[in-house]
Amino acid sequence: MAGSFSRDVIATIGLTVVVIWILPYVISTFTITVLIVYGLLGLSLGLVWGYGGILCFGQAVFFGIGAYTYAISAINIGESTLPMLLSIIVPSLFAALLGAMMFYGRLTDVYLGVITLVVTLIFYRFINSTAGPHYKIGNAQLGGFNGIPGFQTLNIPGQPSSYIWGDGYFYFCAVVLAIVYLGVSILLRSDFGRIIVGIRENETRMSLLGYDVRARKTILFAIGGGIAGLSGALFANWGEIVTPSVFSLGQSAEIILWCIVGGLGTRFGPILGAAGLSYLKFLLGQQSFVDNTLITGLILVFFVLFLPKGIVPTIVNVWDLKFGRLLSDRFQKPRRNRKLRLNG
Amino acid sequence: MAESILETFGLTMKFGGVIAAHNINFKLKARELRCLIGPNGAGKSTFFKCITGQQTPTEGEVYLRGMDTSRWMPHQIASLGVGIKTQTPSVMNGLSVSENIWLSARRFHDGPEAKRKTREIIERLALGAIAKDQLGKLSHGERQLIELGLVIVGDPWLVLLDEPAAGLSGEDIERMTTIINEINKTAAIIIIEHDMQFIRSIAKIVTVFHQGAVLLEDRVDKVMSDPTVRNIYLGKRN
Repeated sequence: MAGSFSRDVIATIGLTVVVIWILPYVISTFTITVLIVYGLLGLSLGLVWGYGGILCFGQAVFFGIGAYTYAISAINIGESTLPMLLSIIVPSLFAALLGAMMFYGRLTDVYLGVITLVVTLIFYRFINSTAGPHYKIGNAQLGGFNGIPGFQTLNIPGQPSSYIWGDGYFYFCAVVLAIVYLGVSILLRSDFGRIIVGIRENETRMSLLGYDVRARKTILFAIGGGIAGLSGALFANWGEIVTPSVFSLGQSAEIILWCIVGGLGTRFGPILGAAGLSYLKFLLGQQSFVDNTLITGLILVFFVLFLPKGIVPTIVNVWDLKFGRLLSDRFQKPRRNRKLRLNG
Repeated sequence: MAESILETFGLTMKFGGVIAAHNINFKLKARELRCLIGPNGAGKSTFFKCITGQQTPTEGEVYLRGMDTSRWMPHQIASLGVGIKTQTPSVMNGLSVSENIWLSARRFHDGPEAKRKTREIIERLALGAIAKDQLGKLSHGERQLIELGLVIVGDPWLVLLDEPAAGLSGEDIERMTTIINEINKTAAIIIIEHDMQFIRSIAKIVTVFHQGAVLLEDRVDKVMSDPTVRNIYLGKRN
C-alpha cells in the first residue's frame, strides 16, 4: 500500500509539472486555470458518486455556496485567507446537514437525486431574487441576477494588497488541485475510504456487519461539499464576480457529465472529463455553426453507448489486458483476476 | 437452566394487509442450534429480518441478551455480536475475497489485528487460492462460504443462517456442516433450511413456521414424522 501511494505522489507531481510547464504553450494560463477549477469540482463529485455511490444532482449547490461565501466574506473581511477557509467550511457544513437529513431519513437513491436537484433549484431561484437593496450580508450586497462583483481577490496571507493573480494564480490553482488529489488518495487508502467503497458495493451488508452507514455517508458527502466549495471560491477569484449561474441546473448536469465521460470510480477520470469537456465547450463557444448543447448531448450518447465506463477505466482495462497478460506470460504466473484497486 | 440469549414476545410483522409474521414467541439458549423450517412465505426470513433490525416489528418485542432491540438499527444489533448470512449471498461483489473479509474484520478489530483475522479466516475456510479474486466472478457456493466468513470473523454469539446449503454440491454441504458445527462451539445458531437431509444431520430441535406463525417446536425426528408437517410440505393443509 505504501508503494502504491508513493507511485501516486510521483504521478501527481509529474502531471502537475506537465500542467504547469507544458500546457501553457498550448492553452492560455487563464483558460487552464478555469479548467483546473472545474477539475477540482469534478473530483468532488467523483469522490462522492464514484467511491461513495451517492449520486448527487446538486453538486453545483456546494460550488455556488463556496463562491458566494468567498465573495461575501471577502467584502466584509477585506482579506482572502479567512474567506478561503470559510468557503470550504460553510458548504461542508451545509452538505453535512443536508446529507444527515437524507441519509438518516433512509432516503433511497431516487429521492436523494430529486432532493439535491430541488435544493439546487431553490438556491438558484433564491439568489436570483436578491436584487433588492435589503438583501445584504454585512457590507456585501447579494445583487440578484447581477451577482457580486468587486470583492477582494486572493492575496498573500496577511498582505491584502499583494494579490495572487495571472500566472501566479494559475500555479496556485494547479498546486491546490494536486494537494486535494493527494488528499483524496490518502482518504481512499485509509480504513475510512475502504469502508466507504464497501458501502458503495453493498450498503445492506455493511450495515449488517455493524457499520453505521448513515454517519459515514454523511461525512463523505460533507468532504465532497467542502472540495466543491473550495473550487467555487477559486472560480470566484478567477472570474472576479459571482453570479447565480453557479447554482444553475446546467452547471449541475455538466458535473455529472464530466464524471460519466472521465470515468466513475477513478480519481483522475472526473478531472480529465471536466477539463476536456469544458475546453471543448470553450472551443465550441467560439463558433456559431453548431449548437453547443447539441454537441455535449451527442458526446454523452456516445459515451453511454460505446464507452459506458468512461475514458480512464477503459484505458486502464486496455492497458491491463495488453500489458497485464504480457507480464503474467513472462513470469509464468497466471492472473486469475485483477484485484480491485484505486484506478486512475 | 441456561438463560435465553434471544427471546421474542408476540412478534408480529404486517406489510399493509399482509401478515408476514404473527404473534411469534421464540426462545433460544446460548450455543443452541435451532433449525427453522416451513414452506415459502411462512415468515422465516421476515423473522430473521426482525431480529437483525432490517424490519421493525409492527407489534411485539425482540430481546437479545436481555436487551429490548425491537427498534434498534441493523448496525447496532450487529455490533452486539449478531451475524446473519442471507438467503442470496449479500457480499461486496466488486471487491476481492480478502477485501470483503477485511471489511468485516475491521469492524471489530483494529488495523493489524483485522489483517491477522482476515488471514486466519481465509486459512480456516480454505479460501487462499481465491483470496485475490473478485467476488462477482466466483460461483454461488464460493460466495455462500465467503459470506459465512464475513459473519464469523466478528466472533458473534448469535449466527443466523438463511438457507446455507442452498445451491451447494454434496461435498460443499459436508464442508458447510463441519463449519457450522465448529461455529456452534462458541455461538448459538438459527438455520432456515429446506434440505431435510441437511437438517437431520445438523439439528436437534426444529421449529416449524406456517402462515407467519409457529406451528410446532420439537425434536427433529418427531417433527419429521409429524403428519401435519408432512402435509404442509406436500401442500395438503391450509
